[in-house]
Amino acid sequence: MIALLSDYTLQTVMMGALLIGVLSGVLGSFAVLRGQGLLGDTLSHAALPGVCIGFLIVGGRSLEGVMAGALFTGVVAALVVVFLHQRTALKMDVALAATLGLGFALGVVLLTYIQREAGSAQAGLDSFLFGQAAAVLRRDLYPMAVVTALSLLMVILLWKPLKLMSFDPAFAAVSGLPVRLLEITLTAMIALAVVVGLQMVGVVLMTAMVIAPGAAARQWARSLSGMVLLSALFGAIAGVVGGVISALAPGLATGPVIVLTATAIALVSLLIAPHRGLIPQWYRRRHRLQHTSTDRILLTVYELAREHGDWRYRVEQGAVDAYHGMVTEPLLQALVERGHLQPVRHMPDEGAHWQLTDKGLAHAEDCAARWTGGSRLRRSEPVG
Amino acid sequence: MSELVSEDIKEPHEPALALHVEDLTVSYGDRPALWDIDLDIPPGVMAGIVGPNGAGKSTLLKAILGLVPISAGHVRLFGHPYRMQRRRVGYVPQRSSVDWDFPTSAVDVVTMGLYGELGWLRWPGRSERDRALRALDQVGMEALADRQISELSGGQQQRVFIARALVHKPDILLLDEPMAGVDATTERSIINLLRQLREAGQTVVVVHHDLQTVQKYFDWLVLLNVRLIAAGPRDEVHTAENLRRTYGGQIALLDDNDRPA
Repeated sequence: MIALLSDYTLQTVMMGALLIGVLSGVLGSFAVLRGQGLLGDTLSHAALPGVCIGFLIVGGRSLEGVMAGALFTGVVAALVVVFLHQRTALKMDVALAATLGLGFALGVVLLTYIQREAGSAQAGLDSFLFGQAAAVLRRDLYPMAVVTALSLLMVILLWKPLKLMSFDPAFAAVSGLPVRLLEITLTAMIALAVVVGLQMVGVVLMTAMVIAPGAAARQWARSLSGMVLLSALFGAIAGVVGGVISALAPGLATGPVIVLTATAIALVSLLIAPHRGLIPQWYRRRHRLQHTSTDRILLTVYELAREHGDWRYRVEQGAVDAYHGMVTEPLLQALVERGHLQPVRHMPDEGAHWQLTDKGLAHAEDCAARWTGGSRLRRSEPVG
Repeated sequence: MSELVSEDIKEPHEPALALHVEDLTVSYGDRPALWDIDLDIPPGVMAGIVGPNGAGKSTLLKAILGLVPISAGHVRLFGHPYRMQRRRVGYVPQRSSVDWDFPTSAVDVVTMGLYGELGWLRWPGRSERDRALRALDQVGMEALADRQISELSGGQQQRVFIARALVHKPDILLLDEPMAGVDATTERSIINLLRQLREAGQTVVVVHHDLQTVQKYFDWLVLLNVRLIAAGPRDEVHTAENLRRTYGGQIALLDDNDRPA
């Protein structure tokens, strides 16, 4: 293991994966919060035609040419998305999906052309689809390090504007921030991140690297700074763990393993995070249900009816909710199915109201008698 | 674009008015959202902007704040365009305009109201937090200052938004449907708060959708349906004829080319 960790190639791969993880984790947080999870997807697919164009112009497998091409079409795609969103009636998701499709289609057409014209030389291009971390050289780390440092610097310097723009763009504009410029800057940085990540993780999977750490961090964080830091940490863990696993099992592609690790972290977070996780939520709901039986809800309706001197009194759902401090609708529905209650409406625009049925009244009286130690409550006074 | 070339915006224009709107037209595509609005609101009133759905109520607020492009006309707040008056204006957008699942606390959202004042590089510190807490106290939310905003009720979220607008002590407050989706108790406490602000000399402008409470809440009314129907003191404006012209037959107000007649 120690010998493995001192392996020069592996060190390079891990360093690269770490940088890409931190970079996509930090920028991805903002994309996730702004509802632009698709942005990474669109940019990485749009980078594919750029990869091909770079290959055609510079020739060979020159990384610089390919990266410059990817950056160019990535930025063009980002600007197209921003333009479509701001200047047309298209919603963000439509603008993103349209640009994604266009980019990928162009990329595949160009790939096919290169395959036919350049023959075997295209083999190197395939690696941009799924990434080829093992081929990453020490000098390839420099662009990654520069882009990562640049992004971190930007996020720190523009922290308040980015935060306000992500939460409430209209209020950001009213506060005097150049929202459009900020949006373009952030999108351009994500495009840059995608491009430097391509070699490592590949076009198809880079999207997951943008979304997964941010989505996982959102589950745990209670502040934006917490979310961004955690997202960077998750990205870094995914990068390093993915790097090590793929090195332990020779022939295993690094990119997919990194992405699988990031997705696993996201999945676990979705399930177990204390406040928002599905399992704690499910557990809390069950706990509440067990402690509030339907009978107690029925008794509440019964007591409210008794207080109003009318067994057919229409009890407002909000009143029952307030009594029990929870949403009682599922239990009220269960009582309807049992024939103890029936839903009624005062006015069409009002909330739900509930009324005792004869069967429900009888059952409620039985319960009340049982719960108050055998003495049946008087039914004689109010008659509905 | 909307400013006349010769007009010097350094010179105040109608400075005695809290809000002065002249010849304002805003359109989305071919369809005018606001057509040739002339509107003056004096300082110290509580004004309600009322009209049917699609009347351009929210658009009017957004045009005042420069959030939507203006096709023609101009807007002045205390004599100057909004961009020169940011500190004097508080804006409360519709609650549904943001994602309340954002990871942040109530006091942090209120502090965001000070970001414009802090500029790009200064970070909020102790005094900003204190000011945010005072604003939360004003709306009765101080006890929930450190609560996650996703865990607040609709009415509490609305009050956080109002605190964010109050934190820099504006002279005029613009609110977009602050009563939408809040319970009766919260509605009462919001209206009481707005009345206190007016008593303290602030101008309050509210986009409101509930015609039944209009007379009770406001002392100044703006009836809007793409065009301005009427504006002025409540008792002069709140007439059956004016309300009919605002709400009755939106179609009748458009000519054959779907333009306001």
